[in-house]
Amino acid sequence: MSRNSEHRKYKNSFLNWIEFRLPIISYFEKEYGDYPMPKNCNYFWSFGALATITLVVMIVSGIFLAMNYTPHTDMAFDSVERIMRDVNFGWLLRYIHSNGAAFFFIVVYIHILRGMYYGSYKYPRELNWILGVFIYLLMMATAFMGYVLPWGQMSYWGATVITNLFSAIPFIGEGLKTWLLGDYTVGNATLNRFFALHYVFPFVILGIVGLHVAAVHVHGSNNPAGIDIKSKNDTVKFFPYMVMKDALAVCVFGVIISSVIFFGPNLMAEVDNYIPADPLVTPAHIVPNWYLAPFYAILRAIPDKLGGVLLMFGSIAILFVLPWLDRSKVRSCNFRPIYKWFVMLFFVNFFILGYVGMLPAEGLYLLIARIGLVYYFGFFLIITPFIHKIETPKSLPLGISDVYLGGGKAIPTPNVQKEII
Amino acid sequence: MAENPNNKRRDFLQLSTISIGAIGTAAFVWPFLSSMNPAEDTLALGTTEVDISSIAEGQSITVKWRGKPVFIRKRTKEEIEEAKEVDFTDLIDPEQDIDRVKKEEWLVLIGVCTHLGCVPLGQKLTDNKGEYNGWYCPCHGSHYDTSGRIRKGPAPNNLPVPPYSFLNETTIKIG
Repeated sequence: MSRNSEHRKYKNSFLNWIEFRLPIISYFEKEYGDYPMPKNCNYFWSFGALATITLVVMIVSGIFLAMNYTPHTDMAFDSVERIMRDVNFGWLLRYIHSNGAAFFFIVVYIHILRGMYYGSYKYPRELNWILGVFIYLLMMATAFMGYVLPWGQMSYWGATVITNLFSAIPFIGEGLKTWLLGDYTVGNATLNRFFALHYVFPFVILGIVGLHVAAVHVHGSNNPAGIDIKSKNDTVKFFPYMVMKDALAVCVFGVIISSVIFFGPNLMAEVDNYIPADPLVTPAHIVPNWYLAPFYAILRAIPDKLGGVLLMFGSIAILFVLPWLDRSKVRSCNFRPIYKWFVMLFFVNFFILGYVGMLPAEGLYLLIARIGLVYYFGFFLIITPFIHKIETPKSLPLGISDVYLGGGKAIPTPNVQKEII
Repeated sequence: MAENPNNKRRDFLQLSTISIGAIGTAAFVWPFLSSMNPAEDTLALGTTEVDISSIAEGQSITVKWRGKPVFIRKRTKEEIEEAKEVDFTDLIDPEQDIDRVKKEEWLVLIGVCTHLGCVPLGQKLTDNKGEYNGWYCPCHGSHYDTSGRIRKGPAPNNLPVPPYSFLNETTIKIG
């Protein structure tokens, strides 16, 4: 092939040289420059970008923390204290990392809420939703193992309780638990492997995020009206419109997370984790991180070991099949007058479950947890599959541009609509 | 097509290649999975000898064995009576008190709640001993009786009895 056949696509000859050998420049142009975004997307659509940026911040701060951390039962706690007191800016790295984890979950929960409210999981984006649930699962595993590393009392006993969940599985449970721990109790072998996996899982997450983004770019992003893009007029280019919008979202997010990191770094931390791990003394009250607490509440709401464990894993597993549980053809809850309230109640319920999951499992709290548990599964198994039989959706706008005709409220009937056009 | 002897030959080659490949992969994966099980030094059964002469009636001590707490309790007459009186067939994990001890007054237990692995309270005199006067797990509310049997709460089994023997009147060897 003659050198003259190289395309002169870009002014910069270096870019042309790269592009000819690896068409990565045009790929980024297509996916992050010209990529058509529905023009009615609101700020809820910025949380995917926020989550990606938080993931990168977590990986970077984590790598620098790992340079000063020692994964050994005798030294782990002290090495974290050394990071806090002696390492230059170690306190900042650790507070970014610990609060970043909490904010990662906040951002991802809003992202999931967005997907559920606007029906982003429906055809043709089911696989996209499934990849997202995988990311969420890996996030929970990573956060759990990360919480063990400082080797405080909550680290140790949280690890003990969670790994004991596996011993509830009939026949193979005890063996599986021992295999996971590498010991009969949570010990040095456990700490070592948790550190290794906590390091590698975020990169797996990063890979799945790549697939998650690639998948959404195939059919394009959903939008608040939940209707398909019909013409070029329905969209704006990703650059500069969405990039600028996301940049503002990142700035606001940065202000919020910074105020916590600098002014309330231990707001979401458990005091007991500043006590070194002691295998002979269980804290009076084992508290999970708030972002995992809803599932802990479900676990404790059942007075049977295996039953509690099954329901807890079931409550996560059921997320995978949500695209097939929802039979309604209408995506966006903006046009689903009944289901809309059940979705919002689902999220209120989720946070109530999280709240009682951090309190002792007795009396009123236990009752609330049980009611919350019933609603959690009732939402997925009864309300979502059958609500469309009694719900009459509002009429959908014909196209995204039409959303603006009635100020986003009064939607003309299809016949009138045609005459206008 | 099926009559063609070449096809049978193809099928055979394909199947054997896949089988050998699968066996090879399994053989390759096995050492990796196996390396995650407890290592030899972890397995090496530690034994602990405990001097029990200083334990008064009604008192307990906690010793560490294989990384786990072991409760050694010198039970009072009332506690022994309580443990024996119960109709054991009605219990969650039915077991007679006599099968759980070597000498009536000495109760030796692995102090790890069989629910999710917390250490139950009840070793100190000031601890909450639960509704059955034995041990109480603060994590998820399991109540154990004076024989360490589960009576109420989410735990499925009694507190296990470790292997132990009396070396003499005042020394116990655990393990």
